[in-house]
Amino acid sequence: MQPQTLYDKLWSSHVVREEADGTALIYIDRHLVHEVTSPQAFEGLKLAGRKPWRIDSVVATADHNTPTKDWDQGIRDPISRLQVETLDANIREFGAKAYFPFLDGRQGIVHVIGPEQGATLPGMTVVCGDSHTSTHGAFAALAFGIGTSEVEHVLATQCLNMKKAKSMAVQVDGVLGKGVTAKDIVLAVIGRIGTAGGTGYAIEFGGAAIRGLSMEGRMTLCNMAIEAGARAGMVAVDDKTIEYLRGRTFSPKGDLWDRAVAHWRTLRTDEGAQYDKVVQLRAEDIMPQVTWGTSPEMVDSVLASTPDPQKIDDPVRRQSVERALQYMGLQANMPITSIRIDKVFIGSCTNSRIEDLRAAADVVKGRRVAASVKLAMVVPGSGLVKRQAESEGLDRVFREAGFEWREPGCSMCLAMNDDRLEAGERCASTSNRNFEGRQGAGGRTHLVSPAMAAAAAIAGRFVDVRQL
Amino acid sequence: MEKFTILQGLAAPLDRPNVDTDAIIPKQFLKSIKRSGFGPNLFDEWRYMDHGEPGMDPATRVPNPNFVLNQPRYRGAKILLARENFGCGSSREHAPWALMDFGFRAVIAPSYADIFFNNSFKNGLLPVILPAGVVDRLFLEVEATPGYQITVDLVAQKVAAPGGQTFDFTVDAFRRHCLLEGLDEIGLTLKHADVIREYEDRRKATQPWLYV
Ligand code: SF4
Repeated sequence: MQPQTLYDKLWSSHVVREEADGTALIYIDRHLVHEVTSPQAFEGLKLAGRKPWRIDSVVATADHNTPTKDWDQGIRDPISRLQVETLDANIREFGAKAYFPFLDGRQGIVHVIGPEQGATLPGMTVVCGDSHTSTHGAFAALAFGIGTSEVEHVLATQCLNMKKAKSMAVQVDGVLGKGVTAKDIVLAVIGRIGTAGGTGYAIEFGGAAIRGLSMEGRMTLCNMAIEAGARAGMVAVDDKTIEYLRGRTFSPKGDLWDRAVAHWRTLRTDEGAQYDKVVQLRAEDIMPQVTWGTSPEMVDSVLASTPDPQKIDDPVRRQSVERALQYMGLQANMPITSIRIDKVFIGSCTNSRIEDLRAAADVVKGRRVAASVKLAMVVPGSGLVKRQAESEGLDRVFREAGFEWREPGCSMCLAMNDDRLEAGERCASTSNRNFEGRQGAGGRTHLVSPAMAAAAAIAGRFVDVRQL
Repeated sequence: MEKFTILQGLAAPLDRPNVDTDAIIPKQFLKSIKRSGFGPNLFDEWRYMDHGEPGMDPATRVPNPNFVLNQPRYRGAKILLARENFGCGSSREHAPWALMDFGFRAVIAPSYADIFFNNSFKNGLLPVILPAGVVDRLFLEVEATPGYQITVDLVAQKVAAPGGQTFDFTVDAFRRHCLLEGLDEIGLTLKHADVIREYEDRRKATQPWLYV
């Protein structure tokens, strides 16, 4: 048989049928559901008098709108509350394999709880009405975000119509330097190929530096594949994948576990398989990254300076750099380390797992948040992450340094709840998008790793975490 | 879904690359549990000087006179002319809903983000891809010519400018068929229910752990 890429294997094993033009009906194994993109889908289902095809594929939680403090007071914003209650009602009516509602101890960001519950398994197709579903590709799953019409389509048919993407290998060889993380790798990749560089592709991350990452790191990497334009990112199965899944709530047990593991071990790209595109980076060349603009591709090393539009020939690009610098309130040629910050956000489906919190706590330990920083907050990705961190005493480390320790949720990643930037405020954020207004109208976001965000909180400006 | 065959309408130019879904419809408006009513908040942060929140009466807002869609000459536009990587960012279908609720039925750009592109088809908003050079030219002509009407013909897969020049585009056969006929995709897929069940039975046998 012809050698196949991991993507080829995942794709072909889910094709139910194919149209003449190559549009395939793809079977979906796991459907993650949250409150923002599902109400109209459930409504559509009801209006058409349809039933869900396989409700035990659904794992649901409320995360985007939920508050991160004063849980005893419920959700105060009535519009947010209605959305969360609508999800409650829909799950009550239709059911689910598992539901982690607001206030449940296992509630959290949908992309954090899927893997931690063992609800994301290698070889699955995983969808969710959320673009960062690419996260689950870290488990050699074909995982991608869908819109609300597709949420309804999956509910009703367990399938989606789609065309096969092209394949891209992002190969990172070598060994990462100290203080350089998965976040820095993926930001460097986006800086290299651009936010549209992966459009139309499914990315497989490989190479020694990727194999060296923990599952948490691989999730961070795949999480941001969408920021490079790729709907899906993935990493092949290895021992780390299997060890991570052992004993999780929904992981297979007993004899089924052994059979599953045997199958999972085949989920890797065959020797000699061809990708449509290959991008190579050396881990040693990657420095801690900081975005300076309003798109994740506007990124550079912490040691660099902001760009100078005068030196850009392409008029469209020059204009967009000018516009970004203006929105961000920055000058041309400013050292990144001279940029002072107002707020720090450690959280989001990119960087709110236990390892992220440990890395940040390591930097913070025994230090104090700079007096000029108005708010530094840590928002764990899930109730389980929160309790794990507390059992390790990380909450104390953060609190003693002046951080706020919050309840899990999406929080200031997109500011649908009360956590947001005010106009003009500048934030060091471990999230994934620095678009205009993303963290609050007029807010200015710089994307960084958890360790870099922690270092910025201490210094009140960006600093190279390796020199702290 | 409404059929899409031939659309003739006023074009409005949005001259920025990488327009993201947060810009198309800011997140405070995603709290709605409906599909309609997003039009007044399309491009909210660019369109108004004041900060928008759900429930505000658009008549009391302060429009930004410099934003292109606020210019009287583009009132009633049905076709949005855009730059590369339009619709990047989130998977929210609220973006095509907002564009359609505002009155757009087609977008013309050199490229789109994948999920936005998909979502548009599902709602009858046609995302047309034309080469960057052609889009450049349309931008120049639209800006120079008040009342500039474009025809988007999905039957012939051609865009016609007022001067009579036409530009070919292509749409996947399956998507084109669904749009031309205004088909309900779920109904279409359910015609293959037996094939889906057979597929499930095979997988239950080979990968039973997926069904416990
Ligand atoms: S944490 Fe941010 S990116 Fe992730 S699912 Fe929530 S809102 Fe989306």
